[in-house]
Amino acid sequence: MHIMEGFLPIGHAAAWTAIAAPFVVTGARRLARQLRDRPQDRLPLAAAGAFVFVLSALKLPSVTGSCSHPTGTGFGALAFGPPTMAALGTVVLLFQALLLAHGGLTTLGANVVSMAVAGPWTSWAVYRLATGLRAPQGLSVFLAACLGDLATYTVTSLQLALAFPAASGGVAAAFLKFAGIFALTQVPLAIAEGLLTVVMVNALEARGMAALSGKLTEVRP
Amino acid sequence: MSRRGNAALALAAAAIAAAPLALPVGGDFGGSDDKAAAAIAATGYRPWFTPLWKPPSTEVESLLFALQAALGAGTLGYVLGRTHGGRPPGKADDGEH
Repeated sequence: MHIMEGFLPIGHAAAWTAIAAPFVVTGARRLARQLRDRPQDRLPLAAAGAFVFVLSALKLPSVTGSCSHPTGTGFGALAFGPPTMAALGTVVLLFQALLLAHGGLTTLGANVVSMAVAGPWTSWAVYRLATGLRAPQGLSVFLAACLGDLATYTVTSLQLALAFPAASGGVAAAFLKFAGIFALTQVPLAIAEGLLTVVMVNALEARGMAALSGKLTEVRP
Repeated sequence: MSRRGNAALALAAAAIAAAPLALPVGGDFGGSDDKAAAAIAATGYRPWFTPLWKPPSTEVESLLFALQAALGAGTLGYVLGRTHGGRPPGKADDGEH
């Protein structure tokens, strides 16, 4: 889902940066407040950030014959809410832009919107919907993480389609082209991410943490 | 979810990741990010900004990716291990969840 450095026209890059900025600022302030007021959240917060770090480093082969990576943002979105993930996701994207030449500074805004905003909010909404429909917790977590992952790559495809509409067929045709590259590749990876997120939630809950109360806290005295 | 159930889920995720390598899938398993960049370059677009710094070789790049994964995995292991150590004695590791 990384749009490479310089691969968005200046106007688009600026617009996505402007859209991303309020989410990142809100998330960073919320994260800072949480770290100050709830020191007991520091460990689980570190776990949520670490989950994104690990999963977004794993480039996995897919059935389309190309490789892509999961995002890992669904877990944190369920545990702490989507705004916190806007801040944590931005840290990961900055690391990759500066040290790995993966993504970029000019495309950071667009990448933040797809991976750190659209994905987490989709996960959160899917989880609310699924639990509202009385789906079992495991299934709800799976669907939330899986669809959040797919949402990230769908938004990336849309961002590129808006910037590079096809000569014939316009934005819609370009979206299908980019979705063929990104979203299709992502389907099996999103399923894998859904499974791993369930594993993560189970592992934390087996250790006495209520992972999905909206605010991950230790229930053990 | 029992510990065994969790292991089965993790194994299923690993199988999904490995399957494309075992199946008769065409393609060079290049990165989808690079494929998108190539599709854009094919339209005649030239990027107007280049990365400030690039890993000088794929070796250095894989070093940094490994570092990223190691930092994440190390932190995860620390959190899980620490909370594990705090459990009251005599309580089962898995079971009710």
